[in-house]
Amino acid sequence: MKVTVCIGSSCHLKGSRPVVEQLQALVAQNQLSDKVDLGGTFCLGHCQQGVCVTVDGELYSVSPETVTDFFNAHILNKA
Amino acid sequence: MAKFDTKVQLLKYKVLKEVARLAWKDQLLDHVMDIPKTIVPGKTPTMRCCVYKERAILAERVKLAMGGNAEEPHVIQVIDIACDDCPASGYEVTDSCRGCLAHRCEQACRRGAISFDHNHTAHIDKSKCVECGQCAKVCPYSAIANRKRPCQNACKIKAISITEDNAASIDHEKCISCGACVYQCPFGAITDKSYILNVIDFIKRSEGNTKYRTYALVAPSISSQFSEVKLGQVISGLKALGFHTVVEAALGADMVANLECQELAEKGFLTSSCCPAFVRYIKTAFPSLTEHISHNLSPMGALAKYMKEHDPTAKIVFIGPCTAKKMEVQLDTVRPYVNAAMTFEELQALFDSRDIDLASLEEDVLDNASYFGRIFARSGGLSDAVAEGLKEHNLTDFEYTPCVCNGIEECRAALLKLSHNALKANFIEGMACIDGCIGGAGCLTHGEKNKAEVDKYGRQALEKTISDAVSILG
Repeated sequence: MKVTVCIGSSCHLKGSRPVVEQLQALVAQNQLSDKVDLGGTFCLGHCQQGVCVTVDGELYSVSPETVTDFFNAHILNKA
Repeated sequence: MAKFDTKVQLLKYKVLKEVARLAWKDQLLDHVMDIPKTIVPGKTPTMRCCVYKERAILAERVKLAMGGNAEEPHVIQVIDIACDDCPASGYEVTDSCRGCLAHRCEQACRRGAISFDHNHTAHIDKSKCVECGQCAKVCPYSAIANRKRPCQNACKIKAISITEDNAASIDHEKCISCGACVYQCPFGAITDKSYILNVIDFIKRSEGNTKYRTYALVAPSISSQFSEVKLGQVISGLKALGFHTVVEAALGADMVANLECQELAEKGFLTSSCCPAFVRYIKTAFPSLTEHISHNLSPMGALAKYMKEHDPTAKIVFIGPCTAKKMEVQLDTVRPYVNAAMTFEELQALFDSRDIDLASLEEDVLDNASYFGRIFARSGGLSDAVAEGLKEHNLTDFEYTPCVCNGIEECRAALLKLSHNALKANFIEGMACIDGCIGGAGCLTHGEKNKAEVDKYGRQALEKTISDAVSILG
């Protein structure tokens, strides 16, 4: 599973760093490091919906507050 | 109207803009020969003896704006016919000599090179003179002038000589491509090749970033440029030009600082690898010191590498103040990551070639790096960042003694000491340009306030530490 977090300027200002850090921790806690390929990209082209995260190409809007719910719904169940 | 320090820059800009304007429309091949006449219309010369010479020189400028001779990799080039063959005779007594009684000049000259004619006017015997300048210093009438070519004066590493037919000539074995001569030649006879056609081509072929994405990687010194508009408007302008997005090279500086402090603590001594002109200077002038050069890529290279790993088909264009970056991107270690390098001067020409009015654009955002990554743009910033890195990695036992070299002459002095084991420092921050990157030859303007602008921009960064800035990269 490929999870890409937008780390472009707009998303960065909306909290990409805590999103990346929390996702890293959640992936590690759930022993998903082998299954989840977590990466960053500069701008997914949907700056209004930041922080933008794609899971195998599908776009989601995440914030530092919603990252755990997002992880449970779209990564944990599918990985 | 665009703001430049000199009319030479303005002329260069006009050529670049015209070349770009035709290239966007795919009309360059058909109309390239018309450019000189577009820039110099009519019959009245404004720069040289006649419009025909002006146009002949412009034709040479057009060639270099189009990348010049592809077989010849060197970026800094002399336009022979533009060289005004400035006097280069060294110290000479001028008409201002009043034939005084004191003869301080004679007393000051340790070589006995000064004699006097029947009018008591001084003369310098060139076979004895060693160009020390003592006579000029002591003359109460300032009657002794140093006739030195501005290009040779600018080139502190002495890579410029004069050919038999009196034009300037660059020794490309020595040249570090810093561009000091480009900025200083009053006739614009030395210039840096431009690769804007490649940049335009990348943007066009991306078909609106659908075939692949084009990224503008901008140097933090941009904070001291385009001062009549907001930085956010420049970012909007870059996107209007056709870049997918804009990324701060300063994030690469954070990456470098994060690694450099660890490498330094491990090895005990390092010279910085951020400034490509400084790195090349060590390799050419002090090859025995090459082992001390930090193994990090430059900030540009480090970040572009990360970006290419995550987006392999990306086209990455570095935009900065630096002519030496155009050489750096040709290195085997950097070429896979950065597709082209251009200057702020060239960026202004690209904006205007598409009639992009920055002042009318909304402000976009640019925020990827920390304060410490951003201050790499000015002398001393890199050393401060390494100090911060040591602190953040709890390497405070390491006694850090940086030597900040502001400009290539200070670099030379430090490297000379190092080669004689007489340098009392364990880290050399080498920046070839005075003041660091904000003094680069590819800047639109150079001003007193530039350093303050960089520091202010640094303080505006969301991330306050290097660790936080690089943490986002995973």
